[in-house]
Amino acid sequence: MYRYDEFDSDFVLQRARQFRRQTERRLTGELSEEQFKPLRLMNGLYLQLHAYMLRINVPYGCLSSRQLRKLAHIARVYDKGYGHLTTRQNVQFNWIKLEDTPAILEQLASVEMHCIQSSGNCIRNTTSDPYAGAAAEEIHDPRLYCELIRQWSSLHPEFSFLPRKFKIAVTGSPRDRAAVKVHDIGLRLHRNPAGEAGFEVIVGGGLGRTPFIGKTVRDFLPVQQLLSYLEAILRVYNQLGRRDNKYKARIKVLVHEMGTEAFQKCVEEQWEQIREGGLTLPQEEIDRIGAYFAPPAYEDLSDSVPALETTRREEPAFDAWLQNNVVEHKQAGYAIVNVSVKAVGAAPGDISADQMEAVAELADRFSFGELRVTHSQNLVLCDVRKTDLEALWRRLAAIGLATPNVGLLTDSICCPGLDYCSLASARSIPVAQSISERFADPGRLRDIGELQLKMSGCINACGHHHVGHIGILGADKKGEELYQLTLGGSADENTAIGKIIGPGFDAEGIVDAIENVVETYLSLRQDGERFIDTYQRVGRDPFKENLYASDQGR
Amino acid sequence: MPWVVIANRLRDGIVVFLAPGGGWVEQIAGSRLAGNEREAEEMVALGQQAEADQEVVAPDLIAVEERAGVIVPTKRREAIRATGPSVRTDLGKQAED
Amino acid sequence: MPLIKGGERVDDPWISLAEGAEIPPHGPLIVSLQQWRDQRAALLARADTLGIRLASDQPTSEIADDLSHFELVALEFPSFGDGRPYSHARILREILGFEGELRAVGDVLLEQLHFMHRAGFDAFVVSSETALEDWRIAESEIRVWYQPTADGRPTAMMLRRG
Repeated sequence: MYRYDEFDSDFVLQRARQFRRQTERRLTGELSEEQFKPLRLMNGLYLQLHAYMLRINVPYGCLSSRQLRKLAHIARVYDKGYGHLTTRQNVQFNWIKLEDTPAILEQLASVEMHCIQSSGNCIRNTTSDPYAGAAAEEIHDPRLYCELIRQWSSLHPEFSFLPRKFKIAVTGSPRDRAAVKVHDIGLRLHRNPAGEAGFEVIVGGGLGRTPFIGKTVRDFLPVQQLLSYLEAILRVYNQLGRRDNKYKARIKVLVHEMGTEAFQKCVEEQWEQIREGGLTLPQEEIDRIGAYFAPPAYEDLSDSVPALETTRREEPAFDAWLQNNVVEHKQAGYAIVNVSVKAVGAAPGDISADQMEAVAELADRFSFGELRVTHSQNLVLCDVRKTDLEALWRRLAAIGLATPNVGLLTDSICCPGLDYCSLASARSIPVAQSISERFADPGRLRDIGELQLKMSGCINACGHHHVGHIGILGADKKGEELYQLTLGGSADENTAIGKIIGPGFDAEGIVDAIENVVETYLSLRQDGERFIDTYQRVGRDPFKENLYASDQGR
Repeated sequence: MPWVVIANRLRDGIVVFLAPGGGWVEQIAGSRLAGNEREAEEMVALGQQAEADQEVVAPDLIAVEERAGVIVPTKRREAIRATGPSVRTDLGKQAED
Repeated sequence: MPLIKGGERVDDPWISLAEGAEIPPHGPLIVSLQQWRDQRAALLARADTLGIRLASDQPTSEIADDLSHFELVALEFPSFGDGRPYSHARILREILGFEGELRAVGDVLLEQLHFMHRAGFDAFVVSSETALEDWRIAESEIRVWYQPTADGRPTAMMLRRG
């Protein structure tokens, strides 16, 4: 993974010291809350319901064991012993003190981490494929470009006061695990007929109040031109994006209102003026950054491990874990291991300091000391020898992180909701927990198959409900929590926005409703169909009829 | 309907309530209750002063009711602030009783 | 209000033409875009130097063809969060090649000075009475730069490449 050099190290330390000064000015009253708020937000510090919340960037989801140990330390010393993995591959702590924050930022700087631009109307942490560099079907490793974007976007003098926040995602696989079509900019690496690498540039996707699927503005952008093209897009957005209405300020609205063609023309005109400038990436620089992401020292191993087959026959739980949580690796004899942070009845994505330390240990022992945070709020050990899988599984099981449910119904995405978030309308974690308990039986879960449940506690859609196969949106109706159901969304290479199915449900009713939807699917599915396939074949009506036929609809 | 003033303490963000005598307490049980609008206005002014003095952030007047002798905010959001996350009853004020 | 230029607090020789006021015969004069459009001939007839002030919603294209007439361009920041003038500044410097004074006016806070300087501004009208100290703090805190811009500071990439 990327390692800071002297420039990067100085930079994050300078930024941490700057925040120390700003915090001191706030505490002495030189800065009012109104003046201080944008400054703390640009360092990832929010004020939530119970305390300050600190959002720490995990650059494109890549984390070293050393960094994870530092996060465990922060959880213990400065928080209440746990942290939360977010849908943007970041880590959040919920009980942070303002007066401790400068010290925390300095501690993070010591392990090459920071909170710069994890909030605010600026370019946020770039997200990517959690299997980057290891996925069998990968065309090109996206991480080096994510790192180039990270550096280019850090304290960008032109783009630190955008109309609204700005999120970029990059994937290098045909299988999209980074949801590139629902980001402000999505970049899909591919190769042209001459074998050169380039990006499909997708702009104007997003969720929130008005979900949009991004539009392709360029089929092939040579990698050397990545930053100049991004700069052209951002410059158009910074000048033309709406600033009169917060809810219409994202680039998706600009692209929608201008029309894709007009927007594209504007960007190309801007780009023509700067493409030959200082942002063109020299091949040596691409190679230099790329070298940080060179494959680890894989051993020459056989891909077939007979002992695995024996154990999985004897241990059904191991078999289930292999089937659901372990993914094919590009390197013979290795596997990608998903660490489920979705134990039955647990808060999705919440991980204790003890678990962090234990996983860091496992990363050192079994996966070259590195791990990933995923968009679906889990962790990944990317480079595990197949011969180590059983040992790893036993250790993960011992710390509650081997639930064999990755990609299944109980591997839900869920925002913190009204239990923590000051923007939330309704709680989301308790609903996720109830659903997780209702569908706890691994056999039943596996029979239901791949099903993405995504839940948000308010219209801002941090839980990505619009693109869940099943989505739940929490609302407040006259003081009562109300949960609305959407069906048919998808965040992969076939991105789709789910449709609202009908009137909402209360907290208990929504769990029954999910079960009802699942039963409808099971009764209608044909050979090998996943939930989303069946939904796309039969449409909304059969689900709706079954849901509201009985008296459980409210 | 009685009211209390809720805020977050500036230096640590912890939820606090305006107390009789003008200080701030961490438990809603110790908060000053406004029984009429005039008193509520006075308490709002005290909250704003405390914000100007860098003591608290975002003071807010919220409606409460008494249930079985306990003061409870009427809105769920504020009730959660007064107790702690409903999904982690081992944390927050509810754990300190 | 204090004017910071070249790292010093300096006197401001420029005056701004108030709305509806008569054009003074002498002295460096800053006019609004509307005044420039309405009184172009009279303004050009003066012997003294001319500057123009753009609101944040007035793009640089409005003055691109007239730029040779101006020795100063003032860009207004109506609020902390309105970041359009940063783009306008870079376009003026890096694309249109403007070499005169680029002045930040309006809601100009310490925390923005560094971004402004990097984007091409070289003069700042700051409301704070500790303006010069603010400027020095802003310039001293962050000393690593990742983006090539008109200020010519070497980026981390340039320094790495030697």
